[in-house]
Amino acid sequence: MRSAIPLASAGLAFRSLALAALLGALAFAAPGPAVAAADTPDPVADAAAFQKYFTDKFPKLKLADFVNGPYSLNEDMHRQWVEKEEFPPYDFSLDMGKEMFSKPFKNGKSYADCFPNQGIGIRQNYPYFDTKEGKVVTLELALNRCREANGEAPFSYVKDEMAALTAYMAYTSRGKPFDIKIPNDPRALEAYQNGKRYFYTRRGQLNFSCASCHVQNPGQRIRAEILAPALGILNAMPIYRSEWGGMGTISRRFVSCNSQTRGVPLEPQADEYRDLEYYLSYVSNGLPISGPGARP
Amino acid sequence: MKTLKRNPMQTLILVLVSAWLIGSASSAMAAGSEADFKTAYAAAEAANTQAGVLRDQWTTTASALSAAKKAAAAGDFDAAVAHAGQAEALAKASIYQATSEKEAWKNLEIH
Repeated sequence: MRSAIPLASAGLAFRSLALAALLGALAFAAPGPAVAAADTPDPVADAAAFQKYFTDKFPKLKLADFVNGPYSLNEDMHRQWVEKEEFPPYDFSLDMGKEMFSKPFKNGKSYADCFPNQGIGIRQNYPYFDTKEGKVVTLELALNRCREANGEAPFSYVKDEMAALTAYMAYTSRGKPFDIKIPNDPRALEAYQNGKRYFYTRRGQLNFSCASCHVQNPGQRIRAEILAPALGILNAMPIYRSEWGGMGTISRRFVSCNSQTRGVPLEPQADEYRDLEYYLSYVSNGLPISGPGARP
Repeated sequence: MKTLKRNPMQTLILVLVSAWLIGSASSAMAAGSEADFKTAYAAAEAANTQAGVLRDQWTTTASALSAAKKAAAAGDFDAAVAHAGQAEALAKASIYQATSEKEAWKNLEIH
């Protein structure tokens, strides 16, 4: 009786791996970088190579255009974006965020007391590496820490209030270039490298990495959607996404991407996601903040 | 001595009935018991836990584990054992993926 199980299991495992191999082969067949990387991370060289890869791939686009994701990749999509921006779907969230940001906590303090420059025009500096904690701190994490430090319950990381607050903070930074720093601390470099590894690592039953879609196939369709380039992908966050029917944060983006590959997503603000955000933001240094954004 | 002769239709019916009987016997032999389910489920769960340590669990493994539990609760141990076997195979594939990607990710890197 039991002998049938390993056989069936082996058959299924074989099919899973065959599927993985097939998808992997398809991904490898797509144009993309092929030479193995050096083991010592060099963030400055990485960012230069990353930006060059995309500007070479889309020579008609200006560097700053990449922050508009799929809307900058063809004329038709660009026209949709211009029209959408006349009555942007994120407006309600932006208004809500502004109101929430200025409303004091029960103890009389407010979000402004937790951030440099009272939280205005600082989005481009997040995430940062906290040398005291030895970890990456994202804006979403800093907002919930601010709430907890002032006796308030944390918000969900994926939408609603958190999306509204980050929408407002992003809006006050619009046009300011990403300025992510990697301090002279081996732990910061390790966090950066961990984020890079996460970005390129295949996961889920579909055997996709973040790079499979957003490096190897930007501009291509996946079902009805046009895949966004990884360059500048976080500059527009948070976003109103038609597919979601609402706003979503960076946490929501990472969680939903992992789920779409049939991988069990990590918990929002897991170390891996924080490191991933650090890496992806760093390689987009110099590109302007454009959030909140809207996507199909 | 008189020989027994069958027409083609009788032969076909005989073949079909024989096949059905053989199939039924095979199914009965492959039927799972509650003990088989428990063994298969524990193996699948262990493999999935290992995938979790590697931070690479698959949603399809979780679905197969859940289907196994549901079938066992309904008393269908054949299905429960089959689902648990699927879950174990999927979890092992995810472990293979996580292990091989420890180095393979570098092949995709832009530099």
